[in-house]
Amino acid sequence: MEFPTETSPHTARPNSVDTVMLRVILALIPGIVAMVWYFGWGTLINILLASITAVTAEALVMKLRHKPVLFAISDLSAVVTAMLFAIAVPPLLPWWLTVLGVLFAIVVVKQLYGGLGYNPFNPAMAAYVLLLISYPVDMTNWLPPRMLNDHPLGFIQTLHTIFAGHLPAGLTWDTVSGATPLDEMRTQLDMNRMISEIRQSPLWGDFGARGWEWIGNWFLLGGLWLLYKRVISWHIPVSMLSGLIVMAGLFYIADPNTHPFPLFHMFSGGAILGAFFIATDPVTAATTKKGQIIYGAAIGVLVFLIRTFGGYPDAVAFAVLLMNLAAPTIDYYTQPRVFGHKRGQT
Amino acid sequence: MAQPGFGEIIRDGLWNNNQALVALLGLCPLLAVTNTAINGLGLGLATTAVLVLSNGTVSLIRNLVRQEVRLPVFVLIIASFVTAIELSMQAWFYDLYKILGIFIPLIVTNCTIIGRAEAFASRNRLLPSLLDGLAMGIGSTLVLLVLGGMREIVGQGTLFSQAHLMFGEGARDFVLTFGKDYKGMLVAILPPGAFLGLGLLIALKNIIDKRVNQARAVRADRAAMPETEAQAG
Repeated sequence: MEFPTETSPHTARPNSVDTVMLRVILALIPGIVAMVWYFGWGTLINILLASITAVTAEALVMKLRHKPVLFAISDLSAVVTAMLFAIAVPPLLPWWLTVLGVLFAIVVVKQLYGGLGYNPFNPAMAAYVLLLISYPVDMTNWLPPRMLNDHPLGFIQTLHTIFAGHLPAGLTWDTVSGATPLDEMRTQLDMNRMISEIRQSPLWGDFGARGWEWIGNWFLLGGLWLLYKRVISWHIPVSMLSGLIVMAGLFYIADPNTHPFPLFHMFSGGAILGAFFIATDPVTAATTKKGQIIYGAAIGVLVFLIRTFGGYPDAVAFAVLLMNLAAPTIDYYTQPRVFGHKRGQT
Repeated sequence: MAQPGFGEIIRDGLWNNNQALVALLGLCPLLAVTNTAINGLGLGLATTAVLVLSNGTVSLIRNLVRQEVRLPVFVLIIASFVTAIELSMQAWFYDLYKILGIFIPLIVTNCTIIGRAEAFASRNRLLPSLLDGLAMGIGSTLVLLVLGGMREIVGQGTLFSQAHLMFGEGARDFVLTFGKDYKGMLVAILPPGAFLGLGLLIALKNIIDKRVNQARAVRADRAAMPETEAQAG
């Protein structure tokens, strides 16, 4: 009697690219809902616009490269890139900037380097940095959260602002927009105010700023679910947040008047989103376990350094791109020992 | 060593062995000054002048210089010409000189120039060497001009702005403006734009080469066809 035999591995494949991507999208949903709740419909419109652009661009490039189009689109990786990009940009970003950024992410950063699995840089973050450097004004027009917003825009008004490029009649950017917490903290510190003074403003919540910290919480929830589902491992998020908190903590202990409480750094800007969803990108991150810890910790340290001493208020995108560049080197020096061999032999 | 024909020298310089797109030499000035078309053109022409003069001189003394000391001698020759060019630009194109700044004296470190002196001029007679310098220089200049033009259009929505720096006051109107409301994409003016632009140009050249070779192969096939048929018959 002949038994059917299969080649190894004999376990069921737990994760394929499309299930991973689908789970990442699901995990993003709580954070996105929170963003829509606090900042209005803009984020949702941006996500839809970015996703449509990304899928179209991916399909066109795959066709140009004579590769299977449907296969590339159905793995959802373009949608994840588009969503991460749309979450990172301000809710009222003009439509053509969203389209430009996503085209850069998919066509230049991802496909010109060989498509999924070959890109050395995180496409969403590269596109974000491209726009931030090129269009600093549009990219910093953030909104205040809903409880501090005197002029919340409705769905139609938001749509009009994004696609027509200007605000509804009677409103100006000065009345509608508000600084992000990191930006505000930086401006105030530059005016030589002390943290205790700065925190008198109604902008601030328990850790970060009101609204923002809750968005962080919901992204954290999604991230923990990804950990539970084993889509990501704990190494990068834990080491990145530890790096950030340890650095912020040291400076906080040294001088609590000019350096905010470490948890402020964790719950502001893109720290949590970055730790769970962006730095963990399996293509651009380090792959060995030890390497991932170094990679994550370095991102955390860089985020703190750039936020505190650099030219831009938030730094997750810059830190991730810098460490993307270092990931192959980190992997090279952290190869695990192969069982049965001594270190250095293969 | 067989002397290459003049046609081959020109084709090599402008296309097949283009110093910027194929040899990837002299990238530092190439990437640094090409934020406008005029800057690129200015540096390109200055480099071309140095290249022609140094190639000619090196060719003339090629049999007098001992092998062991040839590189220092080449560098001395190049440095003298660069100094001469720098002083003349200071005299006649002062504003352009101010913009190009450190990159004029840095022409001396441009690998294209010592590369051509070593690879071509020290082994060939005067006339081919002059032509090689001219062709290589114009090849690089064209890349500088195109890259500068691309970056200027994307970065600030104009082309040939500040042309008066090179061509005198009458050239102030050369500037073409694309779209009054165009905000300009700053990244194109910044260093990353230079790398992206050069990458795209190299890709474009490779595509053209590939297409040309394919077309040539098809033509060669067709030409060979009757023969094989005749053999088969």
